[in-house]
Amino acid sequence: MSADPPIFPDLRMLSTIDQVGVEERAQRFQARSIKSESKLSALKLAVTMLDVTTLEGKDSPGKVKQLCAKAKRPLPEDPSIGPAAAICVYPRLVRVAKEAVGRSGVKVASVATGFPSGQSRLKERLSEIRYAVGAGADEIDMVISRGKLLHGEFRSIFDEIVRCKEACGGAHLKVILETGELQTYDTVRIASEIAMAAGADFIKTSTGKIQPAATLPVTLVMLEAIQDYYDRTGRMVGMKPAGGISDAKTAIHYLVMLKETLGKEWLTSRWFRFGASSLTNDLLMQIRKQQTGRYQSADYFTKD
Amino acid sequence: MSEAQDKGAAGSKTKSASSGKKKSRHDFVDGDRYAPAPESSEHVVVKDSYDLFIGGDWIRAPKRTETRNPATGEVLSEVGEAGPGMVKKAVAAARKAYEETWSTMPGRERGKYLYRLARLIQERAREFAVLETMDGGKPIRESRDVDLPLVAAHFFYYAGWADKLDYAFPGRTAHSIGVIGQVIPWNFPLLMAAWKLAPALACGNTVVLKPAETTPLTALKLAELIEEAGFPPGVVNVVTGGGKTGRHLVRHPDVDKVAFTGSTEVGKMIQRDLAGTGRRYTLELGGKAANIIFDDATVNQAVEGIVNGIFFNQGHVCCAGSRLFVQEGIADTVVRKLKRRMDNLVLGDPLDKNTDVGAINSQEQLDRIKVLVDSGSEEGAKCWQSGQKLPRKGFWFKPTIFTECAQSHQIVQKEIFGPVLAIQTFRTPEEAVEKANNTPYGLSGGVWTDKGSKIFKITSQIRAGVLWANTFNKFDPASPFGGYKESGVGREGGLQGLAPYLDLR
Repeated sequence: MSADPPIFPDLRMLSTIDQVGVEERAQRFQARSIKSESKLSALKLAVTMLDVTTLEGKDSPGKVKQLCAKAKRPLPEDPSIGPAAAICVYPRLVRVAKEAVGRSGVKVASVATGFPSGQSRLKERLSEIRYAVGAGADEIDMVISRGKLLHGEFRSIFDEIVRCKEACGGAHLKVILETGELQTYDTVRIASEIAMAAGADFIKTSTGKIQPAATLPVTLVMLEAIQDYYDRTGRMVGMKPAGGISDAKTAIHYLVMLKETLGKEWLTSRWFRFGASSLTNDLLMQIRKQQTGRYQSADYFTKD
Repeated sequence: MSEAQDKGAAGSKTKSASSGKKKSRHDFVDGDRYAPAPESSEHVVVKDSYDLFIGGDWIRAPKRTETRNPATGEVLSEVGEAGPGMVKKAVAAARKAYEETWSTMPGRERGKYLYRLARLIQERAREFAVLETMDGGKPIRESRDVDLPLVAAHFFYYAGWADKLDYAFPGRTAHSIGVIGQVIPWNFPLLMAAWKLAPALACGNTVVLKPAETTPLTALKLAELIEEAGFPPGVVNVVTGGGKTGRHLVRHPDVDKVAFTGSTEVGKMIQRDLAGTGRRYTLELGGKAANIIFDDATVNQAVEGIVNGIFFNQGHVCCAGSRLFVQEGIADTVVRKLKRRMDNLVLGDPLDKNTDVGAINSQEQLDRIKVLVDSGSEEGAKCWQSGQKLPRKGFWFKPTIFTECAQSHQIVQKEIFGPVLAIQTFRTPEEAVEKANNTPYGLSGGVWTDKGSKIFKITSQIRAGVLWANTFNKFDPASPFGGYKESGVGREGGLQGLAPYLDLR
């Protein structure tokens, strides 16, 4: 970000969203048939875009270490696959994760700001960010106060994100909109716009704790917001659909949508991530299928 | 298992080695297109030669013509060219079937035949879709997801009317008309056959159908299906051939009604031929639809609607949104987004499941498009074409837009019937409505605004038979379709589509 202070966006200039149109368009991406070389390269790309995630009350340092190993080298017998983009954990496990990933290039992302509900005072939420960054987090996945947003307090949401961005320092900020609670695509669009204007490096659909989580249409609305923002400001913003993307086929639909909406420049882990916990193994299984022509049993892929 | 793993490891090694040097053209990130995903055409039976379907028999016409795949130039089959004698024979067969069986059969029995045909079409939908794409050049995605479902839906819909005709027009009694001569175009060969046949048959008429010269195959396959469904002989007759055959059919004195879909030029000829004969006709002719985008529209979805409006079926659509009116405040944004979207269209093999834009139907049509596009540049409009590479064989045209168009330009006035869009801007709604109506045509139109009240206000002022709001090119058998002015006479589809096939007393 430049030194200029973030400016609250002019919401009157926003394009509204037609629900039927967006859902119809999203369906078109699902009709694409991605085969052979295109499929294999898309699958390999998807692995490098994974934010391998564990966000449970029972998470242990051991489990986090295992996941880090997986993120670093997802397919033991083939070093050309991966590594994943990041490992995503709660703040208290950042230090363990940071140590486990070492210099592999895998980033450590931490959820913060009263994840998943965001229902605590800003003071505590900011201090949680500082704690995670202090422990070595490269990326912060924050949640917004959906209650305020639904109540129309747009300015307050904007200020909150600006403060969080400041607290991040050098760490990347991903702003989780929790689209499953926002009711309409228009609200998703407004939230995306506010988050980007406030300095978000990524906008992210969901915590994974609320249904529905990521869907193709809601991701399309956010991708279009990113595109319009880029056209206006020249600043690229990343996108992270999270939750509910559990198979390779769906992941490929997302990549097709990304490619045909934002274009080739965004087809990298720098600008696109999948927040997922069970997607990894299906991607690996499909990669092996593409390479060998046959499926292998789930026992040939590590469960972590 | 270990063997598979070894192979895989070896395979991946060679792959990564080669990818280091040069990325494949199908690479997801760096490739210029997706790997081919062709729909299989192996299960489609195309005979070397087709005869005419007259009176339940297949009769050989001495004169033959070839039908080709416009995407490859390859000859698909050979069909008969019906001369005056054959047409006469077909009309006689239809008359016989009308008098002896079809007109006296109870409506519920006729309905059963139509339901059976609709179900058979659904069962064989994939085969028909592939053949439609091979013969006409339209993308398989469209023939599979649009044409065929609508074909079946049309037969189902009118099958339902067959035994309810007495209740369709309260206070009047419904009687069948007799023998119907139907001449259909090449842009939606099977769908137009369905639009014509379903209501005609439901109402108790018999039919002589003439499919278009360049796309006869699905209509002939449909005739095979009609045979399989056990229709009484002569209820449906299919005669293939060119314009001459059509003219013989239209002029035949024993044809009680003519139904035509095609060019305005031919439509006018038919009107002249039938003037004073007392014989009825319905005509579904050309169009030059205005698609109006207001500055409060949902821009991204409107851009998608523009694309569906003009590039659907390569623009070979009589109701295509070929004139775009954009309110000036968002014109630059819309054009920028439209260009970006057009560059993402997949153009090529129509049988490929990823293809968005297929082949132009014939050399003749391609020439016509080129002449009009040249005139656009000469008259001062600014031409922009998307960046796809065109295949070497077959007939192709790049998605094209013109900006800075004037109302007097030929590309704004004439129906191009290709993937070519003429864009104009407007300041006030009055201006948009005035220009939208300032055309000899009046088939369809579109209005894009997020404001419901504006939708009703504007659409009520546009003289066109079909108007879409915040969408485009949506069809349903229950909805009437047809035009004002030079776009035609009569309506097809829905309750309104029954009336032209009935003698209401």
